[in-house]
Amino acid sequence: MPAFPKTWLWGLLAAAFLIPLLRPLLPDLVSDYRLFLVSTMIIASIAVLGLNLLTGFNGQISLGHSAFYAVGAYTAAILMDKLDMPYYATLPIAAVVCFIVGYLFGLPALKLEGHYLALATFALALSVPQILKYKWLEDLTGGVQGIVLSKPEVPFGLPLTEDQWLYYYCLVIMVLLYWAAANILNSRSGRAMMAIRDQYLAADTMGIDTSLYKTVTFGISAAYTGIAGALSASAIAFVAPDSFNFFLSIKFLIGLVVGGVGSLAGSVVGGIFYVLVDNSAQALSTFVKNDLGLPFDLSAYTVFGILLIVLMYLMPMGVVGGVYYLARSMRTMRGPQAKEQATLKQRVSG
Amino acid sequence: MAALLEVKGLKAFYGQTQSLYDVGFEIETGGITTLLGANGAGKTTTLRAICNMVRTEGAIRFEGRDLVGMPTEEIVRLRIAHVPEGRGTFTTLTVDENLRIAAYTRRDKAAVQADLDRVFSYFPRLKERIQQQAGTLSGGEQQMLAIARALMLKPRLMLLDEPSFGLAPLIVVEIFRIMRRINEEEKVSMLLVEQNAALALDLADHAYVLETGRVVMSGPSSIVKNDENVRKSYLGY
Amino acid sequence: MEQFLQQIASGLANGAIYACVALALVMIYVSTDHINFAQGEMAMFSTYISWQLMSWGLSFWVAFIAAVAFSFMLGVLIERVILRPLHSAPVLSIVVVFIGLLAICNSVAGAIWSYLIKEYPSPFPKSSFGIAGVIGPHQLGVVIVTLIVLGLLFAFFRYTPLGLAMRAAAQNPQMARLVGVRVDWMLALGWGLAAAVGAVAGIMVAHIVYLDPNMMGGILLYAFAGALVGGIGNPGGAVLGGFIVGVLENMVAFAGNQIEKATGVYIIGNGEKLTVALIIVIFVLTVKPAGLFGRVVVKRV
Repeated sequence: MPAFPKTWLWGLLAAAFLIPLLRPLLPDLVSDYRLFLVSTMIIASIAVLGLNLLTGFNGQISLGHSAFYAVGAYTAAILMDKLDMPYYATLPIAAVVCFIVGYLFGLPALKLEGHYLALATFALALSVPQILKYKWLEDLTGGVQGIVLSKPEVPFGLPLTEDQWLYYYCLVIMVLLYWAAANILNSRSGRAMMAIRDQYLAADTMGIDTSLYKTVTFGISAAYTGIAGALSASAIAFVAPDSFNFFLSIKFLIGLVVGGVGSLAGSVVGGIFYVLVDNSAQALSTFVKNDLGLPFDLSAYTVFGILLIVLMYLMPMGVVGGVYYLARSMRTMRGPQAKEQATLKQRVSG
Repeated sequence: MAALLEVKGLKAFYGQTQSLYDVGFEIETGGITTLLGANGAGKTTTLRAICNMVRTEGAIRFEGRDLVGMPTEEIVRLRIAHVPEGRGTFTTLTVDENLRIAAYTRRDKAAVQADLDRVFSYFPRLKERIQQQAGTLSGGEQQMLAIARALMLKPRLMLLDEPSFGLAPLIVVEIFRIMRRINEEEKVSMLLVEQNAALALDLADHAYVLETGRVVMSGPSSIVKNDENVRKSYLGY
Repeated sequence: MEQFLQQIASGLANGAIYACVALALVMIYVSTDHINFAQGEMAMFSTYISWQLMSWGLSFWVAFIAAVAFSFMLGVLIERVILRPLHSAPVLSIVVVFIGLLAICNSVAGAIWSYLIKEYPSPFPKSSFGIAGVIGPHQLGVVIVTLIVLGLLFAFFRYTPLGLAMRAAAQNPQMARLVGVRVDWMLALGWGLAAAVGAVAGIMVAHIVYLDPNMMGGILLYAFAGALVGGIGNPGGAVLGGFIVGVLENMVAFAGNQIEKATGVYIIGNGEKLTVALIIVIFVLTVKPAGLFGRVVVKRV
């Protein structure tokens, strides 16, 4: 996928930086709650970006990224809770811890492919809540009750609310991570990663150290999603085992598939999307239960489930991929981009 | 009298690659026809095309019915039996089960047992191994099983893809002899694809020669056998 | 000693459940090469159907049969409508679709019947059933029902023409077509049967774990472990694997409990069963993917 220089992305970025500053003019639009919501969208985008690195760009299916998110979140939480570490210092440590965990999982995963890898990661995701409640870890993890934290303080006496500061903090982190990912993917390493996805045997025989690339990609992917988890620990100021169950992985999957498999920009779209749907579904559910008095517990997962299935038929390339396809059919693309686009389309639509 | 099987202007594709360009032939009821040609000429593809196992264009008519586009299993239910390359026996099923599965689609259940007995009379070796797992049979026995199974479909037309492949010469002779018997006694017409041109021309009444997806020669096998080009290219003298 | 026997007995009862779900997984895997991640949720949904039927007045066994039949039809429908068009799609698409099914089954069940945990009755009479001190009435009933269902399935596949056709279609679809078998319908029937077997498991286990939309999550993981241990391509192996995992997890928890009683040190207990299953899954997948009885599929280059 062509990296950073996309006009709409620059525009989005500018808007993202400037709009919250318009708070004095539009206090209702740029409320604390809205900023918090958008912060969670940014965090979601980072998480989906992590998953996309592994599944979209390197072809290794993971249903278990909720595990890495949990590791990141709990690492940050424990560091802040037990060691009184400042919130920003937890990010690099969480990244390293998750990289190691991801790399270690990537080692046995070398032998697995397709359905089997999906199964192994599925098993991982299913067991995470129980692992987090393990008695011997209770002192660290707070067991079922979890750990209560505090939101990041606004530094240097800046005239911002906590939610505004959190928003910019997350935004800057995401921009840095996005930029880093774009650079990795545009480099020789990135091409090797994608070569492994598309033509594994050819890559292998061409001398690419496929094992190294696959395990390292697993590590980097886990690190990204882990950073998202660490950010969420600060943002929500709370971690508990049951929030890191398999359904979180489903949300990541939605982000991946809706936004675009193998698309960085798509990861952002996907993250925003699943947070939006999740929140709307909650609002709808409350409406149905309280206002309409109907005994139905609606949940976003019905929408997610239907979307997952429908998209596989209609838009296997996701929203961003679909838009690109449309744009491409309207103007001719130059050489390497067109080839990449064609490979991507072939990859996801078989 | 309309031919049993009429093929006209047949094209066949494996994905994007075209394999048959213009194949046409006819099979009369009762005879044995053979398709000859070098490796890659399109013989196996032709058999597969008749059963809609590859993408086809053109005309294929069996007993007047158009076969193009019909699902394979429906074509088989019209009483065309295909003995594929490599026999296609169900290796984890027993000999008995391999035969019974062919009887699965038949309506006349009562006749099935009688047919089983007749099949065993053609291939007594199979009767000895009736409960044995098909995968443990020898190559020759598996070929017999494949033909026996095809017989259990009570076919009007049998398609055979390289039945001699990988078999010892004595076994091949025995199998070909049985094929002639089946053709005469059961009134099963046959379309035989063979690499072993000499054997095929001995058995068949009619022959077609394929080259890179086209029919280049046809006629009664006695004439084709003596054609100079055929002798040089396929018979080695 | 009595406690030990009780643990084995309850392990067998749990194992019976895992064996059913494992069998359902393997049936689908053998015929379509797909792993049905939604198996647990489908079973749970059918169990809710049976609960609903009972709350409308039907007796247990009538509701049981109706729910299993419904499950069969649901399985056939899912295969024909949702999966058939995707049969040549890339693996990721198929995995995504299964996860989608999982999400739909779970959330719709929660939507219709809420996430409140419900009690589920046991059809096995408390007084006359069971061997006192060793195995409870429901547990014994579960094992018996499971064995009956497995026996019926085995007989079906071994001795009936339709069962033979399904076996042939699973083993060599193209050759099966060449003997006139309508392979597409065989796959759909296979799905229906797998769904039905899953439903049996769900209904049997509901009394033990209580009815709630998330009840099958852990069970599915154990079933995967069982199927892998037995060999994911081998139905008989899957059943055996399910029983093995059931007994094994109980033994591990039991051993942990005994150690804790003796030394006061808690190493492992009931709360770590899923972790044990995870370890089994990873271990088998990486070390011996063929399991005990399966055959390793060599990838053709």
